[in-house]
Amino acid sequence: MNMMSEAAVEKALDKKMNDVAYKMIGKDVSVYYGDKRALYDVNLNVRQNTVTALIGPSGCGKSTFLRTMNRMNDTIEGCRVTGKITLDGDDIYDKEIDVVELRARVGMVFQKPNPFPKSIYENIAYGPRIHGLARGKTEMDAIVEASLQRAGLWAEVKDRLHEGGTGLSGGQQQRLCIARAIAVSPEVILMDEPCSALDPIATAKVEELIHELRANYTIVIVTHSMQQAARVSQRTAMFHLGHLVEENDTDKMFTNPDDQRTQDYIMGRFG
Amino acid sequence: MTDVVSSTAGVLAKPARRDIGIKRRYAAERRFRAYGIAALSFGILFLMLLLWSVVSKGYTAFQQTMITIPVEFSQQIIDKDNVRATDPAKLMTANYPIVARNALAKVLGVAETDRQGLRAVNQMISDGVRGQLRDMVVSDPEIIGTTQTVSLLAAGDIDSAVKGQINLDVAETSRKVSDQQVGWMKQLTDSGALAKEFNTGIFFNGASSRPEAAGVGVALIGSFYMMLIVLVLSLPIGVAASIYLEEFAPKNRFTDLIEVNINNLAAVPSIVYGLLGLAVFINFMGLPRSASLVGGLVLTLMTLPTIIIATRAALKAVPPSIRAAALGLGASKMQTIFHHVLPLAMPGILTGTIIGLAHALGETAPLLLIGMVAFVANYPTTPMDPSTALPVQIYMWANEAERAFVERTSGAIMILLLFLILMNVGAILLRRRFERRW
Repeated sequence: MNMMSEAAVEKALDKKMNDVAYKMIGKDVSVYYGDKRALYDVNLNVRQNTVTALIGPSGCGKSTFLRTMNRMNDTIEGCRVTGKITLDGDDIYDKEIDVVELRARVGMVFQKPNPFPKSIYENIAYGPRIHGLARGKTEMDAIVEASLQRAGLWAEVKDRLHEGGTGLSGGQQQRLCIARAIAVSPEVILMDEPCSALDPIATAKVEELIHELRANYTIVIVTHSMQQAARVSQRTAMFHLGHLVEENDTDKMFTNPDDQRTQDYIMGRFG
Repeated sequence: MTDVVSSTAGVLAKPARRDIGIKRRYAAERRFRAYGIAALSFGILFLMLLLWSVVSKGYTAFQQTMITIPVEFSQQIIDKDNVRATDPAKLMTANYPIVARNALAKVLGVAETDRQGLRAVNQMISDGVRGQLRDMVVSDPEIIGTTQTVSLLAAGDIDSAVKGQINLDVAETSRKVSDQQVGWMKQLTDSGALAKEFNTGIFFNGASSRPEAAGVGVALIGSFYMMLIVLVLSLPIGVAASIYLEEFAPKNRFTDLIEVNINNLAAVPSIVYGLLGLAVFINFMGLPRSASLVGGLVLTLMTLPTIIIATRAALKAVPPSIRAAALGLGASKMQTIFHHVLPLAMPGILTGTIIGLAHALGETAPLLLIGMVAFVANYPTTPMDPSTALPVQIYMWANEAERAFVERTSGAIMILLLFLILMNVGAILLRRRFERRW
């Protein structure tokens, strides 16, 4: 009883402390791969319906942090996470939390487009099917169409839904993966360098898509491209050597950052 | 190099391009290719030699000399006292070879009093006619007392002589076919009574000490039962074990030990599995000897490591991005494996399984120890009945002395090879069918 009230108080404090709505809150997050420490006490809050960009040189821990947010790190042997990450106030590393349900709420898009070697339709329908989101074929058809519409892929693939998803171009495949993530109605979408394998035209399309998705989803994106971070995000977090250097509005970050290291990185002096 | 730098007094001379031996490099490449082609040609040459030797020796095994003559089913000989209505055993034990001998003697014009001539006539016909005529009479006793045209099996030596495998130029006393019999052979051939026909018996007959009546029928059934048992047991066990080891088991000393053991088991001589089967399945569990059930169990043990290794390799080859995609969508580990990883690994698993099965089909050594080297004339109806296996049958025939068994040995090898080729074609087709690109 006492414990519960304490947790409730904490939750209320979190809310009160921050006027803005935080979707996910990371508090003192540290990650170890075996003996090696990859993240040092990162405190990073992700705002609702906002695109947050994680930038930093290679190996700085931004992808690691991203992966802690839907517990994809669980699949890596020897990986240990300390600290606390909450989703709508609930600790996602709590034993009570079902990781399957968590990943349905926090979807993920990977660096390399990785559609299943199945048809386009099956790629989209798989998630809703395992989560029981559709009752019958008409509902499933509707979900597939809506997801592809939102990913801006519907017009291009509507006549070949039952052809292989791997036959699409790289940019289309990545949008298919985004559509697949959207299909399970997540609240947060994590994107790990989603455009690094795409050409500029496909990149522009995906960026445009991210822009539109912001209305309905909270998005966290890891990127190596400063321009991309500036274009798509409202908030930017800079990582360096496993530490969170600075987290700020994107505009401020790129014009007048608080930290010298951020300035150096953005100006291309290291990294 | 240091000399060059110092002699130009600080000015960085462009280093002379070393002779890296372009010509030698190309020559080495050409040589390497030539080695490869030579090795391949060598291999193909020997394969051709092997096939040619087997086929040239064995193709005659699929022909059998038959003597087609009118046979009088004499009541006098078969059932003198007319007791067949009350004593059915009479028809089973009647002296049918005499019936066949008399029929042939009549055609050849040998008098019933010429005992030596009759003996020579008797040697022309296989003892296998006993069963042939008995089956005819038992299935239809009405034919007793009538004359029917029957294709009788010629004796093995006559068969060999007709096929030209017995040298008729050597002295009569040192060959198995007498001049008189050679004369009869010519006479019968000219009248059209003696002819080579397609030998169905080699596929359907059981064991026999007479080559002309011997076949791989029992061995085929035994091998079929064993393959069935191996498939039913080793595929699910092997795949389940691999999935557990590859996807679920923690990586620690203990699982490392298991992995090393599995790899070692794949290299254990197969005869050791025979000893194991003898000790465990026959002596301890009390299963019958010579049974294809025991053979199948032993071959299962032998095939399991192969299947586990192939399956684990196939599972490892599935790109991690597919797993990540499924897990990222909120699929459980089990769903990820069964919906995505396993279907992608299927071609590799099936190929490994069929190669393991083909290996098991050709395995002889462990079967020797569990008593499958047996003379089994009757079809086994269940896997618990005594039977033999194809390679064991080949082994047994290879030990026989008669000339006619030599060709049958090669013939049985051809049958075994045919099944192996069919299985490998099956493996390729399944692979094509299930293969998906990503």
